[in-house]
Amino acid sequence: MALEKITQVTGRGVYVPGEDIDTDRIIPARFMKCITFDGLGEFAFYDERKAADGSLKPHPLNEERYVGAKFLLSGSNFGCGSSREHAPQALYRYGFRAVIAESFAEIFFGNSITLGMPCAVMAHDDIQALAGLIESDPAILITLDLLEGKVTAADMDFPATLPPHAKEALVQGKWDAIADLLESVDEIKNVASGLAYFKAA
Amino acid sequence: MSKTLLDKVWEAHTVRKLPNGATQLLIGTHLIHEVTSPQAFGMLRDLGLKVLYPQRTFATVDHIVPTDEREEPFSDPLADEMIKALRANCDEFGIKFFDLPTGAQGIVHIVGPEQGITQPGTTIACGDSHTSTHGAFGAIAFGIGTSQVRDVLATQTMALHKPKVRRINVDGKLAPGVYAKDVILHIIRKLGVNGGIGYAYEYGGSTFDNFTQEERMTVCNMSIEGGARVGYVNPDDTTFDYLKGRPFAPKAEEWDAAVARWRSFASDPDATYDDVVNFRAEDIGPTITWGINPGQAIFIDENVPTPAELPEKDRATAEEALVHMNLAPGKPIKGTKVDVAFLGSCTNGRLSDLTEVARFVKGRKVKDGVKAIVVPGSQGVSQIAEKMGLAEIFRDAGFEWRGAGCSMCLGMNPDKLVGHQLCASSSNRNFKGRQGSPTGRTVLMSPIMVAAAALTGEITDAREVFDIK
Ligand code: SF4
Repeated sequence: MALEKITQVTGRGVYVPGEDIDTDRIIPARFMKCITFDGLGEFAFYDERKAADGSLKPHPLNEERYVGAKFLLSGSNFGCGSSREHAPQALYRYGFRAVIAESFAEIFFGNSITLGMPCAVMAHDDIQALAGLIESDPAILITLDLLEGKVTAADMDFPATLPPHAKEALVQGKWDAIADLLESVDEIKNVASGLAYFKAA
Repeated sequence: MSKTLLDKVWEAHTVRKLPNGATQLLIGTHLIHEVTSPQAFGMLRDLGLKVLYPQRTFATVDHIVPTDEREEPFSDPLADEMIKALRANCDEFGIKFFDLPTGAQGIVHIVGPEQGITQPGTTIACGDSHTSTHGAFGAIAFGIGTSQVRDVLATQTMALHKPKVRRINVDGKLAPGVYAKDVILHIIRKLGVNGGIGYAYEYGGSTFDNFTQEERMTVCNMSIEGGARVGYVNPDDTTFDYLKGRPFAPKAEEWDAAVARWRSFASDPDATYDDVVNFRAEDIGPTITWGINPGQAIFIDENVPTPAELPEKDRATAEEALVHMNLAPGKPIKGTKVDVAFLGSCTNGRLSDLTEVARFVKGRKVKDGVKAIVVPGSQGVSQIAEKMGLAEIFRDAGFEWRGAGCSMCLGMNPDKLVGHQLCASSSNRNFKGRQGSPTGRTVLMSPIMVAAAALTGEITDAREVFDIK
């Protein structure tokens, strides 16, 4: 399976402030009643964006000027909570192609990389500065350069990092592990045959 | 060299190192449910792949099943579509399904242990973050995303990076009225909701040695709420006694060899850890949450914090939490009015939870105006509880006795909060909107505290209500 080598992401950004933004906020559980991921995009941050009567609440994703953003910026421990892949799927299908935060919850991070959506860590103050740039000019183009480990916007640049294994997976086009895993069926069977509980069931 | 349980299990299940440095790890037991598996089966079909070891995957249905009207078709067409999809997938790929009519259906993290599928020294994965529950048996168990469900179905392996291990010791005897739930809420409060990122938590110490298997499950269940994807307790006689005689446990002639093997997986006495944290059981009181993540917790007799007294990084979330919860900072949480009491979930929906609570609510009445529901974690739990007369006790006290499922732990089935309702809940997540109403409010606590809230209509100290000394 040849996958795209993701070395750079360029696009506009939107800042959704907050710490510990959990997966129930990214996609409320009631929208997970589905048997495909199609159409999940419209439910991203649904309860944050819409009141019970369907009217719009003040939320960055409701602002015309941020429509079409490819970068989502947020605070620390982004994506905590559930293992639901519905969360990164909703963000991806909404149109995001990268997330920038101070830190990420582990399962969310892994799920995002598997979709080819880089999650880059930036320092608190740098995120604030970048958010400031976006606020003053939402049309500004942001570039995440995975090889260089930095984010540039206007004439500023900031260190932006991913753990080496995630970076390698993206830049080498190996972010979806299935092809690698399928290569070693004999070894898999070999290890399995050495485990007592594999034979039992 | 001395090793931790994690080291040993990891070694035994390593297939190879992948080019990107990750380990290709064999997943011995794969558990699936209706929410995170249909897309994975779809991906499998798209790629023209088969399930490599269908006998090592087990399915149940839990998140979307109604707990009252259980006749099919379900009134919610989407829920109905999901159970049918799971049934069809299990049929097509030859996977064992603990379906509703089997009498063995239930929450995936209750069914695995109950059936004896969850065993020491194994690796377990499930598309659900509370898979850490199974670590209570000395298994390495973790939640995975749907693409990884596909990986495990197709190859019985996944790509993983080995976590560090933090040993968490709790020593001493818990005071009366303090339970395993309080222990884990306390640990998360102290170490933070992201304190466990990159770690597996190994729980030990005399408190854990004396815990029952079900108490250990309650603690391991919530590891992920502290950021740790994996949480485990070393297997011992308590574990083996629990497993003996269960449907999928090794049979008589294999039993002794299995126990010897299981025992050998326990961490060596001189194993070294990446970090060690110590708690004293005596310092832990009945703990409840006041906010919108499980780390925002206090003892029942403490006041709701004022943001100014918290570390700066926690203040913004605290402000947000106080607004959402409509709680006054600096004031006691005791006395807050409760609308709903929920006893159930994969954290506290086991037989021992129900027996313990029934002991205290026997002969008493749920406060007028409070909706109180008891949802056994599995049909197995439900059947035994009914035989023991527990269902009767709960019904007489004014609780609704429901069918097994996730129920009000999350808003994917008809059991939901309405509007701003406040729920005293024995579940594990108090995120905004978690219980089905975007403005609903969740207060996490032990089952006994839920019972006290149900009887008094307010958040209260169970030790006072039930005269526990
Ligand atoms: S009971 Fe709650 S936490 Fe447990 S599996 Fe069901 S929804 Fe998830």
